[in-house]
Amino acid sequence: MPIDPTTRPGDFRTEEMILNMGPQHPSTHGVLRLEVTTDGEVVAAVRPFMGYLHRCFEKHSEHVSWTGVIPYTDRMDYLAAMNNNHGYVIAVERLLGLEVPERAEYIRVIMAELNRIASHLVAFGTFGNDIGAVTPLVWSFRDRELILDIFEKACGARLTYNYYRIGGMSGDLTPDMLEDVRKFLDYFEPRLKEYDDLLSYNKIFLERCAGVGVIPLNMAVNYGLTGPALRGSGMRWDLRRDDPYSIYDRFDFDIPVGEGRKGEIGDCWDRYMVRMWEMAESVKILRQCLAQIPEGEYMHPKTPKSIKPPKGEIYVRVENPRGELGYYLISEGKTSPFRVKVRSCCFTNLAVTPAISQGVMIADLVAIIGSLDIVLGEIDR
Amino acid sequence: MKEWVDGLVEGSSLLQSLPIEVSYFLAMVFFSLVAVGWMAICALFFVWLERKVSARIQSRLGPVYVGGRFGWAQTPADALKLLMKEDLVPESADRLLFNIAPAIAFMATLLTFVAIPIGNGLVIADLDIGIFFILAVSSLGVIGIIMGGWASNSKWSLYGGMRAASQIVSYEIPVALSLIGVVMIAGTLNLVEIGRGQAGGIWNWYLFKSPFLFAAGIVYFIAALAEVNRTPFDLPEAESELVSGYNTEYSGMKFAFFFLAEFANLFVISAVAVVMFLGAWNSFLPWQILPGPIWFLGKVFFLVLVIMWLRWTLPRLRVDQLMHTCWKVLIPISMVLLIGVGVQMWLFPGN
Repeated sequence: MPIDPTTRPGDFRTEEMILNMGPQHPSTHGVLRLEVTTDGEVVAAVRPFMGYLHRCFEKHSEHVSWTGVIPYTDRMDYLAAMNNNHGYVIAVERLLGLEVPERAEYIRVIMAELNRIASHLVAFGTFGNDIGAVTPLVWSFRDRELILDIFEKACGARLTYNYYRIGGMSGDLTPDMLEDVRKFLDYFEPRLKEYDDLLSYNKIFLERCAGVGVIPLNMAVNYGLTGPALRGSGMRWDLRRDDPYSIYDRFDFDIPVGEGRKGEIGDCWDRYMVRMWEMAESVKILRQCLAQIPEGEYMHPKTPKSIKPPKGEIYVRVENPRGELGYYLISEGKTSPFRVKVRSCCFTNLAVTPAISQGVMIADLVAIIGSLDIVLGEIDR
Repeated sequence: MKEWVDGLVEGSSLLQSLPIEVSYFLAMVFFSLVAVGWMAICALFFVWLERKVSARIQSRLGPVYVGGRFGWAQTPADALKLLMKEDLVPESADRLLFNIAPAIAFMATLLTFVAIPIGNGLVIADLDIGIFFILAVSSLGVIGIIMGGWASNSKWSLYGGMRAASQIVSYEIPVALSLIGVVMIAGTLNLVEIGRGQAGGIWNWYLFKSPFLFAAGIVYFIAALAEVNRTPFDLPEAESELVSGYNTEYSGMKFAFFFLAEFANLFVISAVAVVMFLGAWNSFLPWQILPGPIWFLGKVFFLVLVIMWLRWTLPRLRVDQLMHTCWKVLIPISMVLLIGVGVQMWLFPGN
């Protein structure tokens, strides 16, 4: 095209480029699609699109028995299947008015906390990968493998466990499994220091994360963020302490929050670091569990064969690794639920992305998505 | 090398029976093939080495089966696979540019191989402007990368190409500035002469000749990493941001060309660092115990190992931080070091 001789330097027409990031992009953590409007390397606007992993979980649940819903919950946040199970069985048990045996409660907490560590390990590894460090991913999977081995021994599965039952667990933890957990904790605690040496306090990592993607506290609350994303912004809110379910009120543990040590409160580094500190807290809880776990039944002996909760509705929320997972169940007194609605923490956490991504670089956008640690299986359900 | 060719031509009755132009042409072809083969061997070896080193760092095993022990045949097998893969060209790509881009990137690296001496006088082309030639030719590679990024007609490739352009062009400057100090002290651009000037022990290596050159060596190493797109400066192919950067749309042999050039560049920057700063083929003792090429390759492999170690440990910088590092940190430092070398030469002439 010939250049118009009357064009002066200021007259060039520039336009923003629309970049389609995902659903096959390596760092959108699954099948998220982001429509990014960019001005060079700078992001002008982001629109997240989801639905690529929609599997009609909620609708399916209306056609299976109350117990049959549990395997579906596994497949929501597939990195924290134990925690998903936990929330659902608590909800049904409250509908039924069923007490769970002591030992089963302890097994539940052990499994949930182990899974929290496993899930945070994946978050640590993939976030490192997003920032460009490849080794943390492999290290985290190496250590997560040991947790998966314990899970495999306990329930036979390595990803979608289906271990919790209404009224208890599907199987007991034998003494050697508890010994495995103890061995894992002894192995794992020094590893946390190693992760910090490798990644957390690395100069380049700090440059990339500190002060990037800041979510101020009021924005975090307004957007309904939960989990490490909320605590990273400085709010000491954890359902395990603030709305205790199961037996969490018996344990002594801290709730780490972002303090803006390296940048501002609520930046990517804070959200990342909250997860690292939470792993140490989970180790604390697990040690107390191992010390306190009583002998006894792992399943309530009076659990009805065919579960038919009385008419009514209930909302139960639990603290998942990624935030508050809520189950809203309606029972019509039949063998299957009338309605199962899930309040997804990843969905609300993702919703804040457009608000904090204006004017950042593309590399920062990747860091922001990584630090929010979303799992698309739960967003789409 | 030229004397050696002369001797060969004179000594061989077969070559003497041919016209002089033909025999020199044959020698040229022969040495080009030597360069290509040497480059391919280096690249294949480094790919294998990187796999093993990264596996060690990440507590994995790396390739173990192919070829019997140590998985040594894994990279040749992969190269064969890439050769036999279907050659895909995106429909909306600019076919001509898309096809010649990998060749340009490959050629730029290949040309540098002819000027690198691996022993005393053991060089394919003993150029009087050796280091200048290497700097000039190696920066041609960026043209291939931009071309590939543009011609793919993919937004991710374009981003990778643009990043590569700004990065490589910027980091050329600290690389050149930090090498000029050595050239000033050595008084020559000829790589073989520079290598000979460092004979006689570790204290004669230019890295330890002067504190300014020591710092310049470090600046060179950092800037050279950025020039060949290695972590922490691997932005043009940042997989977590740009899918795969400029080579996103490439497959098969064309991808292999980019890949080969990248790993061969590892050898080039390490070899230049060894020749300029680390005493080339000379041992660290006043007398030469082992043959020169062994010393040379040993030092090169050590540097390559360091580069790999960095790659598997460090995260990646952001674009603006990368530019900041170059223009506001490395270039001023290398300028000051250059002046320092000059002052040192003025204060202590003849040392």
